[in-house]
Amino acid sequence: MRLLAALSGGVDSAVAAALAVEAGHDVTAVHLALSTAPATLRTGSRGCCSKEDARDAGRVADVLGLPFYVWDLAARFRAEVVDDFVAEYAAGRTPNPCLRCNEKIKFAAVLDRALALGFDAVVTGHHARLADGVLRRSVDRAKDQSYVLAVLTPAQLAGTVLPLGGLTKAQVRAHAAERGLGVADKPDSSDVCFIADGDTAGFLRSRLGAQPGPVVDALTGAVVGRHDGAYAFTVGQRRGLSLTTPAADGRPRYVLGLEPVSSTVTVGPREALEVEEVRAQRPRALTALDLPLSCEVQLQAHGRPHPCTVAADGDGWRISLASRVTRPAAGQAAVLYDGDRVLGSATVSG
Amino acid sequence: MAYLDHAASTPMLPEAVETVTAAVTAALSAAGNASSLHTAGRHARRVVEESRERLAAAVGARPSEVVFTGSGTESDNLAVKGIWWSRRDADPRRTRILASAVEHHAVLDAAQWLADHEGATVEWLEVDGQGRVHPDVLREAVERDPSDVALVSVMWANNEVGTVQPVRRLADVCHEFGIPMHSDAVQAVGQLHVDVAASGVDALTLTGHKFGGPLGVGALVLGREVSCTPLLHGGGQERDVRSGTLDTPAVAGLAVAAALAVERQPVLHARLSALRDELVRRVSEAVPGVVLNGVPVPSPDRLPGNAHFSFPDCEGDSLLLLLDARGVEVSTGSACSAGVARPSHVLLAMGADEDLARSSLRFSLGHTSTAADVDALVEVLPSVVERARRAVLR
Repeated sequence: MRLLAALSGGVDSAVAAALAVEAGHDVTAVHLALSTAPATLRTGSRGCCSKEDARDAGRVADVLGLPFYVWDLAARFRAEVVDDFVAEYAAGRTPNPCLRCNEKIKFAAVLDRALALGFDAVVTGHHARLADGVLRRSVDRAKDQSYVLAVLTPAQLAGTVLPLGGLTKAQVRAHAAERGLGVADKPDSSDVCFIADGDTAGFLRSRLGAQPGPVVDALTGAVVGRHDGAYAFTVGQRRGLSLTTPAADGRPRYVLGLEPVSSTVTVGPREALEVEEVRAQRPRALTALDLPLSCEVQLQAHGRPHPCTVAADGDGWRISLASRVTRPAAGQAAVLYDGDRVLGSATVSG
Repeated sequence: MAYLDHAASTPMLPEAVETVTAAVTAALSAAGNASSLHTAGRHARRVVEESRERLAAAVGARPSEVVFTGSGTESDNLAVKGIWWSRRDADPRRTRILASAVEHHAVLDAAQWLADHEGATVEWLEVDGQGRVHPDVLREAVERDPSDVALVSVMWANNEVGTVQPVRRLADVCHEFGIPMHSDAVQAVGQLHVDVAASGVDALTLTGHKFGGPLGVGALVLGREVSCTPLLHGGGQERDVRSGTLDTPAVAGLAVAAALAVERQPVLHARLSALRDELVRRVSEAVPGVVLNGVPVPSPDRLPGNAHFSFPDCEGDSLLLLLDARGVEVSTGSACSAGVARPSHVLLAMGADEDLARSSLRFSLGHTSTAADVDALVEVLPSVVERARRAVLR
């Protein structure tokens, strides 16, 4: 096959490209320039946006003997991922930008362009298994990224090659070292790549401005603190609430809800966060789902699966959980699994 | 393979390779620093000074006017910053830089840096739809206040679209007001007749790898009466304007290449012009709707090896990738450090919109180009363009 390898400059995409070459494919490499003002050097462990990462990607291509190009997708990334990220927070939800980037950039803009240019598929370094249109978790459960790929359509998956799903991260690093790839020891990227210092609240403040409002106790209705912007909070958050009035029972309080119009943050005890049911919109099934369906659902990128029953709920899903779970923030993905196999996903609405 | 990117770098001339090789080989037995006073040093110095004379003769300058540097970029920076500092120091009112809007980044960014850090004001001289600075535009800008202009910088010929500037007439305007003029002639030497004295420019940039010399060596031809503050301080090896031990083999290779390239320039010009005109004709036939940017051909006002097209509804990146995969090597313009193709400031200054600017490719011919290169391009181009049109992101 003619494959287009997306090289981030990290170890995973490097080894994915190497394995594709060794499998006999005709591979061309691209690095996606996603930042309109890339930093010269990488900061901390964040990968994929600096010129240093672009250079690392280019060096991987050199070592593997691949043609290498940089594709400037910064404008699209800003519009589809960064602006969406800000708008979602402004609306009181907690988006997953990696998932959005996969859905709108890597497996949309890049894949479309690759197919149009005559490539058969895009190869990436995501940790998940993909064969015959079936998406499964990586054998390395701790590094599994099937959750952020579950949003892809069957057509998108048909144009995708994921060589790393059968390898642990340690094996990936060993492969890189054996092949003389300089990125073998590069730290894993983490957090949000376009927020260089990791200060999400500060980033949102710079984009949305201060929107001060009250922190209200859900049980008593009393104002127990003030905040500079509800967007800085996520449902389930406990730290950083700076409450001026302690709870009557002295127990910690958690963010229960965000009301962007009145800029109100509601807090309460942990039990109030627990739910038996989750609603989700914009469902995407990777296989025909016979609802109601008993399966498992994962509600966070690094969460664990929960046994559940999924029923139709208008255009969306009503997910009934076998036991109470911490309520997921609106905007997160609810991904359905049958064992290791991804069945589909939808966006948590409440 | 068809290499159509001579404007980025052209193959070295065999004679230049021999010269560099001989000089490097000589270093096995004698380590000559051209600044040393002993025999080995004198030998290296002799090589450097003979090279200086040879280069000066090739471009119509005096030996004392040749300042060897490490690159065209260094020469441009030295001219723009060095002359600006010197002029400003002599008269603090002189802070204004007039430069064309289509300069290479080595001039653009050097001038912008002076504006951002040193209190310079920069005026970008507008160009016409073919990328040309009209002497009247320069005159109008100067006459607004001749006393505050530190220098003028207008390139000899544009690296992207190949437009040749009316350098002599621009220099005349400058001299009427006693203002020094710099010209980046990186693309011109070897392709056009370049005579520094006849052109009237006070400072001229050239670099070896554009005319068959080695990479990593260039020169600033700096008029004897032009004062220039150094960028690099140290031993003052080059007229106290540029410090650093010279790369003797590279300097020798540069001079040999310059002498040969200039000697062969009239013949090369005729041959490349004809080949380029053929390329333009065949590309225009093969790809309906293609737009030739810059000066229409045939014309003496265009670099003979340059053809620059916009392919409407395509992205230059896609065209480059597809051509590269088919063995045809071209450029989308000047690449930036991360390898990201930005819409060309040259085309934007000429009035193109961003989409058109992003849809362009430069084909540049040089001394090794043949009709087979044009054949190879024209053979694959129609299918490449068709595919690239499908790959435009919507």
